[in-house]
Amino acid sequence: MNTPQRPTHGQPIVEMRKLNKHFGSLHVLKEIDLSVTPGEVVVVIGASGSGKSTLIRCINGLEEFQSGMLDVDGNRLVPLGKSTKALQTIRTEVGMVFQQFNLFPHLSVLDNITLAPMKVRGQSRQEAEATAKRLLTRVGIADQAQKLPTQLSGGQQQRVALARALAMEPRLMLFDEPTSALDPEMIGEVLDAMRELAREGMTMVIVTHEMGFAREVADRVIYIHKGEITEQGPPEQLFDAPQHERTKSFLARVLKH
Amino acid sequence: MDVTFQFDWAAAFRSIPFLLPGIPWTLLISFGGLAIGFVIGIVFGLMRISRSRWLSIPALFYIEIFRGTPILVQVLFIFYGLPQLIDRPINALAAGIAAIAVNSGAYISEIVRGGVQSIERGQREASLSLGLSRSQAFTYVIWPQAFRRMIPALGNQGIISIKDTSLFSVIGVGELVRQGQIYIATTFTALEVYFMVAMLYLAITWTLSIVLRQLERRGLVGQ
Repeated sequence: MNTPQRPTHGQPIVEMRKLNKHFGSLHVLKEIDLSVTPGEVVVVIGASGSGKSTLIRCINGLEEFQSGMLDVDGNRLVPLGKSTKALQTIRTEVGMVFQQFNLFPHLSVLDNITLAPMKVRGQSRQEAEATAKRLLTRVGIADQAQKLPTQLSGGQQQRVALARALAMEPRLMLFDEPTSALDPEMIGEVLDAMRELAREGMTMVIVTHEMGFAREVADRVIYIHKGEITEQGPPEQLFDAPQHERTKSFLARVLKH
Repeated sequence: MDVTFQFDWAAAFRSIPFLLPGIPWTLLISFGGLAIGFVIGIVFGLMRISRSRWLSIPALFYIEIFRGTPILVQVLFIFYGLPQLIDRPINALAAGIAAIAVNSGAYISEIVRGGVQSIERGQREASLSLGLSRSQAFTYVIWPQAFRRMIPALGNQGIISIKDTSLFSVIGVGELVRQGQIYIATTFTALEVYFMVAMLYLAITWTLSIVLRQLERRGLVGQ
Protein backbone atom coordinates (compact mmCIF):
# COMPACT_ATOMS: atom_id res chain seq x y z
CA MET A 1 0.00 0.00 0.00
CA ASN A 2 1.28 3.43 -0.89
CA THR A 3 1.47 6.27 1.54
CA PRO A 4 0.05 9.39 -0.06
CA GLN A 5 2.76 11.91 -0.89
CA ARG A 6 0.87 15.06 -0.22
CA PRO A 7 0.90 17.92 2.25
CA THR A 8 -1.51 17.47 5.11
CA HIS A 9 -3.64 20.24 6.50
CA GLY A 10 -3.46 19.38 10.17
CA GLN A 11 -5.18 16.55 11.98
CA PRO A 12 -7.05 14.01 9.85
CA ILE A 13 -10.81 14.55 9.79
CA VAL A 14 -11.46 10.87 9.13
CA GLU A 15 -9.35 8.21 10.77
CA MET A 16 -10.18 4.57 10.12
CA ARG A 17 -8.13 1.79 11.69
CA LYS A 18 -8.43 -1.92 10.95
CA LEU A 19 -12.11 -1.58 10.19
CA ASN A 20 -13.98 -4.80 9.45
CA LYS A 21 -17.52 -5.06 8.19
CA HIS A 22 -19.59 -8.18 7.58
CA PHE A 23 -22.98 -8.66 5.97
CA GLY A 24 -23.85 -12.03 7.50
CA SER A 25 -21.15 -14.37 6.28
CA LEU A 26 -19.90 -11.91 3.67
CA HIS A 27 -16.76 -10.04 4.71
CA VAL A 28 -17.40 -6.71 2.96
CA LEU A 29 -14.59 -4.58 4.36
CA LYS A 30 -11.30 -6.10 5.47
CA GLU A 31 -8.89 -4.35 7.82
CA ILE A 32 -9.43 -0.96 6.23
CA ASP A 33 -6.98 1.80 7.19
CA LEU A 34 -7.90 5.18 5.84
CA SER A 35 -7.29 8.71 6.88
CA VAL A 36 -8.56 11.85 5.20
CA THR A 37 -7.08 15.26 5.95
CA PRO A 38 -9.11 18.48 5.86
CA GLY A 39 -9.32 19.94 2.38
CA GLU A 40 -8.45 16.66 0.72
CA VAL A 41 -10.51 15.19 -2.14
CA VAL A 42 -10.39 11.41 -2.06
CA VAL A 43 -11.95 9.38 -4.84
CA VAL A 44 -12.75 5.72 -4.23
CA ILE A 45 -12.93 3.47 -7.28
CA GLY A 46 -13.54 -0.24 -7.71
CA ALA A 47 -15.86 -2.77 -9.28
CA SER A 48 -19.47 -2.98 -8.13
CA GLY A 49 -19.72 -5.08 -4.99
CA SER A 50 -16.14 -4.23 -4.03
CA GLY A 51 -17.33 -2.48 -0.85
CA LYS A 52 -16.62 1.10 -1.88
CA SER A 53 -20.13 2.38 -1.10
CA THR A 54 -20.18 0.48 2.18
CA LEU A 55 -16.87 2.11 3.07
CA ILE A 56 -18.16 5.65 2.83
CA ARG A 57 -21.50 4.71 4.41
CA CYS A 58 -19.54 3.63 7.50
CA ILE A 59 -18.14 7.15 7.84
CA ASN A 60 -21.54 8.63 8.72
CA GLY A 61 -22.81 5.52 10.43
CA LEU A 62 -25.35 4.42 7.83
CA GLU A 63 -23.58 1.08 8.10
CA GLU A 64 -22.30 -0.29 11.34
CA PHE A 65 -19.04 -2.22 11.47
CA GLN A 66 -17.98 -5.23 13.50
CA SER A 67 -14.48 -4.35 14.56
CA GLY A 68 -11.89 -1.64 14.28
CA MET A 69 -11.90 2.06 15.02
CA LEU A 70 -13.39 5.07 13.29
CA ASP A 71 -12.84 8.65 14.30
CA VAL A 72 -14.65 11.44 12.48
CA ASP A 73 -13.66 14.97 13.44
CA GLY A 74 -12.86 13.90 16.98
CA ASN A 75 -16.00 11.80 17.41
CA ARG A 76 -15.33 8.14 18.02
CA LEU A 77 -17.58 5.48 16.49
CA VAL A 78 -17.36 2.08 18.09
CA PRO A 79 -18.24 -1.28 16.50
CA LEU A 80 -21.86 -2.47 16.28
CA GLY A 81 -23.42 0.95 16.34
CA LYS A 82 -23.35 1.56 20.08
CA SER A 83 -22.38 5.22 19.82
CA THR A 84 -25.59 7.19 19.44
CA LYS A 85 -24.31 10.51 20.72
CA ALA A 86 -21.15 10.58 18.61
CA LEU A 87 -23.18 9.38 15.62
CA GLN A 88 -25.60 12.27 15.95
CA THR A 89 -22.73 14.78 16.08
CA ILE A 90 -21.00 13.19 13.12
CA ARG A 91 -24.14 13.27 11.00
CA THR A 92 -24.64 16.98 11.58
CA GLU A 93 -21.07 17.60 10.41
CA VAL A 94 -20.89 15.17 7.52
CA GLY A 95 -23.04 15.70 4.45
CA MET A 96 -23.96 12.99 1.98
CA VAL A 97 -25.17 12.89 -1.60
CA PHE A 98 -26.76 9.63 -2.74
CA GLN A 99 -26.96 7.85 -6.07
CA GLN A 100 -30.77 8.03 -6.07
CA PHE A 101 -30.84 11.67 -4.80
CA ASN A 102 -33.26 10.71 -2.01
CA LEU A 103 -34.98 14.07 -2.05
CA PHE A 104 -38.13 14.26 0.06
CA PRO A 105 -40.90 14.02 -2.57
CA HIS A 106 -43.60 15.56 -0.38
CA LEU A 107 -41.63 18.76 0.27
CA SER A 108 -40.80 21.61 -2.09
CA VAL A 109 -37.20 22.11 -3.14
CA LEU A 110 -36.90 24.93 -0.60
CA ASP A 111 -38.40 22.86 2.23
CA ASN A 112 -36.09 19.96 1.37
CA ILE A 113 -33.17 22.26 2.06
CA THR A 114 -34.51 24.08 5.12
CA LEU A 115 -35.81 21.03 7.02
CA ALA A 116 -32.57 19.95 8.71
CA PRO A 117 -31.19 23.43 9.47
CA MET A 118 -34.50 24.29 11.17
CA LYS A 119 -35.06 21.02 13.04
CA VAL A 120 -31.46 20.11 13.86
CA ARG A 121 -29.66 23.46 14.04
CA GLY A 122 -32.70 25.33 15.35
CA GLN A 123 -32.49 28.04 12.69
CA SER A 124 -35.49 30.27 12.05
CA ARG A 125 -37.38 29.74 8.81
CA GLN A 126 -36.21 33.11 7.58
CA GLU A 127 -32.57 32.31 8.25
CA ALA A 128 -32.81 28.81 6.76
CA GLU A 129 -34.58 30.06 3.63
CA ALA A 130 -31.99 32.76 3.05
CA THR A 131 -29.24 30.13 3.18
CA ALA A 132 -31.26 27.78 0.97
CA LYS A 133 -31.77 30.44 -1.71
CA ARG A 134 -28.09 31.34 -1.67
CA LEU A 135 -27.17 27.65 -2.12
CA LEU A 136 -29.72 27.17 -4.90
CA THR A 137 -28.21 30.13 -6.72
CA ARG A 138 -24.80 28.61 -6.25
CA VAL A 139 -25.84 25.30 -7.85
CA GLY A 140 -27.64 27.20 -10.61
CA ILE A 141 -31.33 26.46 -9.90
CA ALA A 142 -32.50 29.48 -7.93
CA ASP A 143 -35.70 29.63 -9.98
CA GLN A 144 -36.87 26.14 -8.94
CA ALA A 145 -37.24 26.74 -5.20
CA GLN A 146 -41.02 26.35 -5.03
CA LYS A 147 -41.23 23.23 -7.23
CA LEU A 148 -41.57 19.68 -6.05
CA PRO A 149 -38.54 17.44 -6.65
CA THR A 150 -40.37 15.29 -9.22
CA GLN A 151 -40.89 18.35 -11.41
CA LEU A 152 -37.13 18.67 -11.85
CA SER A 153 -34.71 16.81 -14.11
CA GLY A 154 -32.37 14.26 -12.58
CA GLY A 155 -29.42 16.62 -12.78
CA GLN A 156 -31.38 19.38 -11.09
CA GLN A 157 -32.56 16.99 -8.39
CA GLN A 158 -29.02 15.95 -7.62
CA ARG A 159 -27.96 19.58 -7.37
CA VAL A 160 -30.81 20.19 -4.92
CA ALA A 161 -29.55 17.19 -2.93
CA LEU A 162 -26.11 18.78 -2.90
CA ALA A 163 -27.54 22.11 -1.73
CA ARG A 164 -29.55 20.29 0.95
CA ALA A 165 -26.40 18.68 2.33
CA LEU A 166 -24.45 21.94 2.17
CA ALA A 167 -27.14 23.80 4.10
CA MET A 168 -25.94 22.00 7.22
CA GLU A 169 -22.48 23.53 6.66
CA PRO A 170 -20.73 20.18 6.74
CA ARG A 171 -17.02 19.80 7.41
CA LEU A 172 -16.89 16.76 5.15
CA MET A 173 -18.97 15.67 2.14
CA LEU A 174 -19.55 12.08 1.09
CA PHE A 175 -20.69 11.27 -2.45
CA ASP A 176 -22.04 7.80 -3.19
CA GLU A 177 -22.00 7.43 -6.97
CA PRO A 178 -23.66 10.82 -7.44
CA THR A 179 -23.93 10.60 -11.23
CA SER A 180 -24.69 6.89 -11.72
CA ALA A 181 -28.47 7.36 -11.89
CA LEU A 182 -28.28 10.31 -14.28
CA ASP A 183 -28.85 10.52 -18.00
CA PRO A 184 -25.50 11.13 -19.71
CA GLU A 185 -26.33 14.73 -20.68
CA MET A 186 -26.92 15.64 -17.04
CA ILE A 187 -23.74 14.22 -15.57
CA GLY A 188 -21.71 17.31 -16.48
CA GLU A 189 -23.80 19.78 -14.51
CA VAL A 190 -23.50 17.73 -11.32
CA LEU A 191 -19.77 17.20 -11.75
CA ASP A 192 -19.37 20.94 -12.34
CA ALA A 193 -21.05 21.70 -9.03
CA MET A 194 -18.79 19.18 -7.28
CA ARG A 195 -15.73 20.58 -9.01
CA GLU A 196 -16.56 24.03 -7.70
CA LEU A 197 -17.04 22.66 -4.22
CA ALA A 198 -13.61 21.01 -4.38
CA ARG A 199 -12.07 24.27 -5.55
CA GLU A 200 -13.51 26.01 -2.52
CA GLY A 201 -11.60 23.61 -0.31
CA MET A 202 -14.36 21.23 0.85
CA THR A 203 -13.11 17.90 2.16
CA MET A 204 -14.71 15.25 -0.03
CA VAL A 205 -14.81 11.48 -0.23
CA ILE A 206 -16.31 10.43 -3.54
CA VAL A 207 -17.30 7.03 -4.87
CA THR A 208 -17.61 7.31 -8.62
CA HIS A 209 -17.13 5.64 -11.97
CA GLU A 210 -16.26 8.94 -13.65
CA MET A 211 -12.55 8.34 -14.15
CA GLY A 212 -11.93 11.59 -16.02
CA PHE A 213 -13.44 13.53 -13.16
CA ALA A 214 -11.42 11.53 -10.63
CA ARG A 215 -8.20 12.25 -12.45
CA GLU A 216 -8.97 15.95 -12.59
CA VAL A 217 -10.33 16.60 -9.09
CA ALA A 218 -8.84 13.98 -6.78
CA ASP A 219 -5.85 14.57 -4.55
CA ARG A 220 -5.78 10.86 -3.94
CA VAL A 221 -7.44 7.88 -5.62
CA ILE A 222 -8.13 4.68 -3.74
CA TYR A 223 -8.72 1.42 -5.59
CA ILE A 224 -10.69 -1.08 -3.56
CA HIS A 225 -11.06 -4.73 -4.50
CA LYS A 226 -13.14 -7.30 -2.62
CA GLY A 227 -13.22 -5.20 0.52
CA GLU A 228 -9.52 -4.39 0.60
CA ILE A 229 -7.62 -1.26 -0.37
CA THR A 230 -5.40 -2.66 -3.09
CA GLU A 231 -3.69 0.53 -4.06
CA GLN A 232 -3.87 4.28 -3.51
CA GLY A 233 -2.02 7.35 -4.63
CA PRO A 234 -2.26 10.60 -6.57
CA PRO A 235 -4.40 10.22 -9.70
CA GLU A 236 -1.52 10.52 -12.16
CA GLN A 237 0.30 7.70 -10.39
CA LEU A 238 -2.71 5.43 -9.99
CA PHE A 239 -4.08 5.95 -13.48
CA ASP A 240 -0.84 6.15 -15.43
CA ALA A 241 1.44 3.84 -13.47
CA PRO A 242 -0.64 1.44 -11.37
CA GLN A 243 1.51 -0.90 -9.30
CA HIS A 244 -0.85 -3.84 -8.90
CA GLU A 245 -2.07 -6.27 -11.52
CA ARG A 246 -5.63 -6.00 -10.25
CA THR A 247 -5.60 -2.22 -10.52
CA LYS A 248 -4.25 -2.49 -14.05
CA SER A 249 -6.90 -4.91 -15.18
CA PHE A 250 -9.68 -2.88 -13.53
CA LEU A 251 -8.49 0.31 -15.19
CA ALA A 252 -8.10 -1.46 -18.52
CA ARG A 253 -11.75 -2.50 -18.28
CA VAL A 254 -13.19 0.86 -17.25
CA LEU A 255 -11.00 3.11 -19.39
CA LYS A 256 -11.47 1.10 -22.58
CA HIS A 257 -14.74 2.77 -23.51
CA MET B 1 -106.32 -9.56 -0.60
CA ASP B 2 -103.88 -10.76 -3.22
CA VAL B 3 -100.23 -10.96 -2.41
CA THR B 4 -98.48 -8.66 -4.86
CA PHE B 5 -94.82 -8.08 -5.53
CA GLN B 6 -95.39 -4.45 -6.41
CA PHE B 7 -92.75 -2.16 -4.97
CA ASP B 8 -94.61 0.42 -2.89
CA TRP B 9 -92.64 3.66 -3.30
CA ALA B 10 -94.96 5.49 -0.96
CA ALA B 11 -94.21 2.99 1.79
CA ALA B 12 -90.50 3.33 1.09
CA PHE B 13 -90.59 7.10 1.44
CA ARG B 14 -92.87 6.93 4.48
CA SER B 15 -90.16 4.95 6.27
CA ILE B 16 -87.51 7.64 5.82
CA PRO B 17 -88.45 9.80 8.82
CA PHE B 18 -88.28 6.72 10.96
CA LEU B 19 -84.96 5.54 9.56
CA LEU B 20 -83.15 8.88 9.68
CA PRO B 21 -82.65 8.88 13.47
CA GLY B 22 -80.57 5.73 12.93
CA ILE B 23 -78.01 7.63 10.88
CA PRO B 24 -76.40 9.58 13.75
CA TRP B 25 -75.95 6.30 15.63
CA THR B 26 -74.44 4.60 12.63
CA LEU B 27 -72.08 7.55 12.12
CA LEU B 28 -71.23 7.82 15.81
CA ILE B 29 -70.36 4.14 16.11
CA SER B 30 -68.45 4.11 12.79
CA PHE B 31 -66.42 7.24 13.19
CA GLY B 32 -65.99 6.96 16.96
CA GLY B 33 -64.75 3.40 16.50
CA LEU B 34 -62.59 4.29 13.50
CA ALA B 35 -60.96 7.23 15.31
CA ILE B 36 -59.94 4.96 18.18
CA GLY B 37 -59.08 2.23 15.67
CA PHE B 38 -56.76 4.65 13.86
CA VAL B 39 -54.88 5.40 17.08
CA ILE B 40 -54.69 1.67 17.85
CA GLY B 41 -53.55 1.06 14.27
CA ILE B 42 -50.71 3.57 14.49
CA VAL B 43 -49.51 2.21 17.82
CA PHE B 44 -49.72 -1.48 16.91
CA GLY B 45 -48.61 -0.95 13.32
CA LEU B 46 -45.43 0.73 14.53
CA MET B 47 -44.91 -1.86 17.26
CA ARG B 48 -45.18 -4.50 14.55
CA ILE B 49 -42.29 -2.89 12.62
CA SER B 50 -40.16 -2.48 15.74
CA ARG B 51 -36.95 -4.44 15.92
CA SER B 52 -37.77 -5.23 19.55
CA ARG B 53 -39.62 -8.54 19.92
CA TRP B 54 -41.20 -7.24 23.11
CA LEU B 55 -43.12 -4.85 20.91
CA SER B 56 -43.56 -6.72 17.66
CA ILE B 57 -44.83 -10.04 19.04
CA PRO B 58 -47.65 -8.59 21.20
CA ALA B 59 -48.70 -6.49 18.19
CA LEU B 60 -48.72 -9.59 16.01
CA PHE B 61 -50.93 -11.40 18.53
CA TYR B 62 -53.35 -8.49 18.72
CA ILE B 63 -53.63 -8.27 14.94
CA GLU B 64 -54.07 -12.01 14.44
CA ILE B 65 -56.74 -12.28 17.15
CA PHE B 66 -58.92 -9.38 16.08
CA ARG B 67 -58.48 -9.90 12.37
CA GLY B 68 -59.05 -13.62 12.69
CA THR B 69 -62.36 -13.58 14.58
CA PRO B 70 -65.74 -12.32 13.29
CA ILE B 71 -66.72 -8.84 14.36
CA LEU B 72 -70.18 -10.17 15.28
CA VAL B 73 -68.58 -12.52 17.80
CA GLN B 74 -66.42 -9.67 19.08
CA VAL B 75 -69.37 -7.40 19.75
CA LEU B 76 -71.39 -10.19 21.37
CA PHE B 77 -68.39 -11.00 23.54
CA ILE B 78 -68.02 -7.36 24.59
CA PHE B 79 -71.74 -6.74 25.17
CA TYR B 80 -72.83 -10.04 26.75
CA GLY B 81 -69.54 -11.67 27.77
CA LEU B 82 -67.50 -8.92 29.38
CA PRO B 83 -70.25 -7.79 31.80
CA GLN B 84 -70.10 -11.24 33.39
CA LEU B 85 -66.38 -10.76 33.86
CA ILE B 86 -66.47 -7.24 35.26
CA ASP B 87 -69.83 -7.69 36.99
CA ARG B 88 -71.52 -4.63 35.53
CA PRO B 89 -73.46 -3.99 32.32
CA ILE B 90 -71.85 -2.39 29.28
CA ASN B 91 -73.74 0.22 27.35
CA ALA B 92 -74.65 -0.99 23.84
CA LEU B 93 -73.27 2.12 22.18
CA ALA B 94 -69.94 1.75 23.99
CA ALA B 95 -69.83 -1.94 23.06
CA GLY B 96 -70.41 -1.07 19.40
CA ILE B 97 -67.73 1.61 19.34
CA ALA B 98 -65.31 -0.70 21.13
CA ALA B 99 -65.96 -3.52 18.65
CA ILE B 100 -65.31 -1.24 15.64
CA ALA B 101 -62.23 0.15 17.38
CA VAL B 102 -60.53 -3.15 18.13
CA ASN B 103 -61.56 -4.71 14.84
CA SER B 104 -60.61 -1.82 12.52
CA GLY B 105 -57.54 -1.25 14.72
CA ALA B 106 -56.22 -4.67 13.74
CA TYR B 107 -56.66 -4.01 10.02
CA ILE B 108 -55.35 -0.44 10.27
CA SER B 109 -52.23 -1.77 12.04
CA GLU B 110 -51.45 -3.73 8.92
CA ILE B 111 -52.22 -0.72 6.72
CA VAL B 112 -49.85 1.42 8.80
CA ARG B 113 -47.15 -1.24 8.71
CA GLY B 114 -47.44 -1.61 4.95
CA GLY B 115 -47.51 2.16 4.41
CA VAL B 116 -44.44 2.86 6.50
CA GLN B 117 -42.51 -0.07 5.07
CA SER B 118 -43.32 1.03 1.52
CA ILE B 119 -41.22 4.18 1.93
CA GLU B 120 -37.82 3.68 0.31
CA ARG B 121 -34.93 3.13 2.69
CA GLY B 122 -33.14 6.07 1.10
CA GLN B 123 -35.63 8.51 2.62
CA ARG B 124 -34.63 7.49 6.10
CA GLU B 125 -30.94 7.41 5.21
CA ALA B 126 -31.09 10.89 3.71
CA SER B 127 -32.85 12.18 6.84
CA LEU B 128 -30.33 10.61 9.20
CA SER B 129 -27.42 11.80 7.07
CA LEU B 130 -28.69 15.36 7.56
CA GLY B 131 -28.53 14.93 11.31
CA LEU B 132 -32.24 14.40 11.96
CA SER B 133 -32.93 12.04 14.83
CA ARG B 134 -34.81 8.83 14.14
CA SER B 135 -38.02 10.28 15.52
CA GLN B 136 -37.61 13.49 13.51
CA ALA B 137 -36.98 11.42 10.38
CA PHE B 138 -40.21 9.57 11.08
CA THR B 139 -42.28 12.66 11.87
CA TYR B 140 -41.17 14.94 9.07
CA VAL B 141 -40.16 12.57 6.30
CA ILE B 142 -41.45 9.00 6.61
CA TRP B 143 -44.92 9.47 8.10
CA PRO B 144 -46.23 12.23 5.78
CA GLN B 145 -45.34 10.10 2.77
CA ALA B 146 -46.58 6.86 4.31
CA PHE B 147 -49.88 8.46 5.28
CA ARG B 148 -50.58 9.56 1.72
CA ARG B 149 -50.01 6.03 0.50
CA MET B 150 -52.31 4.72 3.22
CA ILE B 151 -55.32 6.85 2.24
CA PRO B 152 -56.90 4.42 -0.27
CA ALA B 153 -56.59 1.47 2.12
CA LEU B 154 -57.88 3.55 5.04
CA GLY B 155 -60.85 4.56 2.92
CA ASN B 156 -61.60 0.93 2.23
CA GLN B 157 -61.43 0.13 5.92
CA GLY B 158 -63.70 3.07 6.73
CA ILE B 159 -66.34 1.81 4.34
CA ILE B 160 -66.07 -1.73 5.65
CA SER B 161 -66.43 -0.54 9.24
CA ILE B 162 -69.47 1.62 8.42
CA LYS B 163 -71.17 -1.43 6.97
CA ASP B 164 -70.05 -3.60 9.90
CA THR B 165 -72.07 -1.40 12.26
CA SER B 166 -75.21 -2.91 10.70
CA LEU B 167 -74.41 -6.08 12.65
CA PHE B 168 -74.84 -4.21 15.91
CA SER B 169 -78.61 -4.31 15.52
CA VAL B 170 -78.21 -7.57 17.45
CA ILE B 171 -77.22 -5.75 20.61
CA GLY B 172 -80.07 -3.28 20.21
CA VAL B 173 -78.21 -0.08 19.27
CA GLY B 174 -80.68 2.13 17.38
CA GLU B 175 -78.57 2.34 14.25
CA LEU B 176 -79.96 2.15 10.71
CA VAL B 177 -80.73 -1.56 10.48
CA ARG B 178 -82.23 -1.65 13.96
CA GLN B 179 -84.49 1.29 13.11
CA GLY B 180 -85.56 -0.53 9.97
CA GLN B 181 -86.33 -3.72 11.86
CA ILE B 182 -88.47 -1.87 14.41
CA TYR B 183 -90.38 -0.11 11.65
CA ILE B 184 -90.94 -3.32 9.68
CA ALA B 185 -92.28 -5.05 12.81
CA THR B 186 -95.33 -2.78 12.65
CA THR B 187 -95.71 -2.16 8.91
CA PHE B 188 -94.56 -5.46 7.30
CA THR B 189 -92.92 -3.54 4.45
CA ALA B 190 -89.58 -5.38 4.49
CA LEU B 191 -88.87 -4.95 0.77
CA GLU B 192 -89.29 -1.19 0.76
CA VAL B 193 -87.68 -0.50 4.11
CA TYR B 194 -84.57 -2.62 3.60
CA PHE B 195 -84.24 -1.02 0.18
CA MET B 196 -84.27 2.41 1.83
CA VAL B 197 -81.83 1.23 4.49
CA ALA B 198 -79.46 0.09 1.72
CA MET B 199 -79.83 3.46 -0.02
CA LEU B 200 -78.96 5.31 3.16
CA TYR B 201 -75.81 3.19 3.60
CA LEU B 202 -74.88 4.00 0.02
CA ALA B 203 -75.40 7.69 0.68
CA ILE B 204 -72.97 7.52 3.59
CA THR B 205 -70.32 5.42 1.86
CA TRP B 206 -70.48 7.39 -1.40
CA THR B 207 -70.00 10.62 0.49
CA LEU B 208 -66.97 9.12 2.16
CA SER B 209 -65.62 7.86 -1.18
CA ILE B 210 -65.94 11.32 -2.71
CA VAL B 211 -64.20 12.98 0.23
CA LEU B 212 -61.39 10.42 0.03
CA ARG B 213 -60.96 10.88 -3.69
CA GLN B 214 -60.55 14.61 -3.11
CA LEU B 215 -58.02 13.97 -0.35
CA GLU B 216 -56.10 11.58 -2.55
CA ARG B 217 -56.08 13.92 -5.51
CA ARG B 218 -54.64 16.63 -3.35
CA GLY B 219 -52.37 14.34 -1.34
CA LEU B 220 -50.86 12.35 -4.16
CA VAL B 221 -49.27 15.36 -5.80
CA GLY B 222 -45.57 15.02 -5.26
CA GLN B 223 -45.40 11.27 -4.98
